[in-house]
Amino acid sequence: MRVFNSSSVSWRQLKDRAFFIAVCTLSLVMAIPLVAIIGEVIQKGYKQINLQFFTEVAPSTLDAMLAREAGGVIPGGIVNGIIGTLLMVGAAALIAIPVGIMGGVYLAEKPKAIFSIIVKFLTDLIQGTPSIIVGIIAYTVIVVPLGSYSAIAGSIALSIMMLPLIVRSTEETLKMLPTTLKEAGLALGASYTNVVLKVLLPSAFSGLFTGILLATSRVLGETAPLMMTALGSSTISWNLENPASAVPLLIWEFYNDPNLIDLIWSSSLFLLLLILIFNFIAKYIVERSSK
Amino acid sequence: MKDNNILKLKDVSISYVPGKNAVNKVCAEIKENSITAIMGPSGCGKSTLLRAINRMHELYPDINISGEIILRDQNILKMNPIKVRRMAGMVFQRPNPFPTMSIYNNVLAGYKLNGIKLPKAEKDQIVEECLRSVGLWDEVKESLNKKGTFLSGGQQQRLCIARALALKPDILLMDEPTSALDPIATNRIEELLLEIKKHLTIVIVTHNMSQAARISDYSMFMYLGELVEYDKTELMFTNPSDKRTEQYLNGQFG
Amino acid sequence: MRDKIFKILLLLSALIIVLICGGMFYFLVMGSTEAFGHFGIFNFISTAEWDPNPDNEQYGALSFIVGTVMTSFLALLFCIPFSLPVALFNGEYFRGTKIALFMSTVVNLLAGIPSVIYGLWGFYTLRPLIISLGLSEQGFGILTASLVLAIMIIPYAASLSSEFISMVSNELKEAAYSLGATRFEVIKSVIFSSSASGIFASYILALGRALGETMAVTMLIGNTNNIPTSLTDTSNTMASVIANQFGEASDLRLSSLIAIGLILFLITAVINFIGKMIIKRFN
Repeated sequence: MRVFNSSSVSWRQLKDRAFFIAVCTLSLVMAIPLVAIIGEVIQKGYKQINLQFFTEVAPSTLDAMLAREAGGVIPGGIVNGIIGTLLMVGAAALIAIPVGIMGGVYLAEKPKAIFSIIVKFLTDLIQGTPSIIVGIIAYTVIVVPLGSYSAIAGSIALSIMMLPLIVRSTEETLKMLPTTLKEAGLALGASYTNVVLKVLLPSAFSGLFTGILLATSRVLGETAPLMMTALGSSTISWNLENPASAVPLLIWEFYNDPNLIDLIWSSSLFLLLLILIFNFIAKYIVERSSK
Repeated sequence: MKDNNILKLKDVSISYVPGKNAVNKVCAEIKENSITAIMGPSGCGKSTLLRAINRMHELYPDINISGEIILRDQNILKMNPIKVRRMAGMVFQRPNPFPTMSIYNNVLAGYKLNGIKLPKAEKDQIVEECLRSVGLWDEVKESLNKKGTFLSGGQQQRLCIARALALKPDILLMDEPTSALDPIATNRIEELLLEIKKHLTIVIVTHNMSQAARISDYSMFMYLGELVEYDKTELMFTNPSDKRTEQYLNGQFG
Repeated sequence: MRDKIFKILLLLSALIIVLICGGMFYFLVMGSTEAFGHFGIFNFISTAEWDPNPDNEQYGALSFIVGTVMTSFLALLFCIPFSLPVALFNGEYFRGTKIALFMSTVVNLLAGIPSVIYGLWGFYTLRPLIISLGLSEQGFGILTASLVLAIMIIPYAASLSSEFISMVSNELKEAAYSLGATRFEVIKSVIFSSSASGIFASYILALGRALGETMAVTMLIGNTNNIPTSLTDTSNTMASVIANQFGEASDLRLSSLIAIGLILFLITAVINFIGKMIIKRFN
């Protein structure tokens, strides 16, 4: 055996130890911003959350100012934002889910075709496109021709952002299914359509559903594209052709209005909870289906 | 009294799950400059035992080991694992040269990883010496700066042996080193081992009985974690003393 | 017959993706023509003046390009010392254990927080901190924006690179251990060198994220149209100037904003393309 300096071994082990401790410390530091952000939102936001918060529209600056001067809680809620969010995200999902799933089926069925490779590449391109640019497009294509800001323009912007996530998750889930499943279906004499709709997609259900939930939770907090399309609205609007509000849009408005600042935190708390619920359901499904 | 047993196993037990020994109270002494083959059906604990001699079991939590493993009069279970691993070289089932390193640097990987800086002349000397001893020098001397992964499977495995030899270990542990290779490459490695054993002790795990018969001086037969029989290879193959060994050699299980 | 219609529907869905991409590019180019025609492409990119005064309308993207590059790279710089440890934590040291699950939950939650809430947190918590440290008077600027941006891209970089780290084969790691390497040395010489291109690609993709991030940056960068000369300067990024001025802009100014959008679109597309290509080669 060649002779090695034994003190160098302990020095190396010390370095090993130090590196490990550094890795753990720096990793755990990541919990600080998480706790700080969630803590701040809860601490400053919970007071405003009451029944009114879910039933009334956002107050005017004047009302809020008077309430503040009287030392009370700002009146009103964010129901216009909640309804707008539900409306726009719901409509976006209605557009993106069928198109995304069918696009994903196409990619999974023809993985080697040049057209598929191009589509996959473009899907990644859309996914990487900043949301503000999707906003510009929805503005140019829908708001300008229609002559007004509208919820539908917001929905389309959000659906463009959801689409690539749904396409890729569908494709990946379908690829993991055994090929025998499809063959078994076809062998029984089922038509291709029925095999896809009644065998493949139901077998891939949990994967598809997770993808849809994650895509939805991704757009729930989107603000920039809605500023350029839905604009915002101080009243409840169920009409897709009218401008609409959304929770993140309200947060932005409250942020810009000193009198309404108290409402920022409750709205943020609500938005965070909504997103967390979507994430947790998605995660729960993944865990349950992997068992 | 000085014997020529380089490695002594005393009551070595290893368990993955408490109370269930994968290796159970193995006692054996291994002679210097010999080849000892460990045989047995899969799951008998032969690889587990071999890896313990290099303290590789410590890479995975929840493995318990008891007893003593004495290498050159030192209980390696009480030593610093880093020093143990340099005293005991290891060659694995599948050739695993470092894909990011050249052939030259693969041979010197032990030095590089251990942070030992050597003068260029000495490095060149070690590389040539080790590659010659595994019969690879003439094949690769023109392409020392190429990546090791360009070599054939058999060449890669010989490069891995050279990498282990470069640290001048006291013992070379081999875990089914030819199971991923074709017969010609296997033959080449077997010849090489017979050459290397002149100055190095080799312990080789194999489930290829004819390989054990061809190259080993001593053979161990393990079954369900126990060392059933340990004897000179020729004796064990011609006249096994335990019925289970006989059954195994007749191909009745495993 | 039904099968035929169904297959056509599948093809059409895939075609929609192509149309969206083509449409995005087309409308960005069409929207930019006025600005590019008026100022010239090269001139538009290389001048920093941004003046909406009707008598002397003058628009150039340079200061926003510089602002974007500065904030994004600074964010990447802040991101690496945290995302790399998290990647090692999850992909090597505690791979597959409960504690790694906890860590990845933390990271996933961070990734789920909307940009606008990061902006609020930056404004109400980080900005006062910057002020009290005496780094800047108002607390707005490149530094504040990059710090928040870094927190936003860490989850992305960390989870991607931890995947590449955990893909390094056990056989290689064992080979290094059997030669007497410590875990640190195995990480340094084997894990990093075999996953280097994957880790690099993770940072490229994280950079792509940072380039286009809008709300948080808009709320923290200070929104001034100048080329930043120091880290605590206020500035604007391409995304933040669009977010800030799009609503009030028309004609030449609107076209100039869309032109900035086109430039941003192309930059992020190229960055993402490079990242994906490296990953493809890695696999």
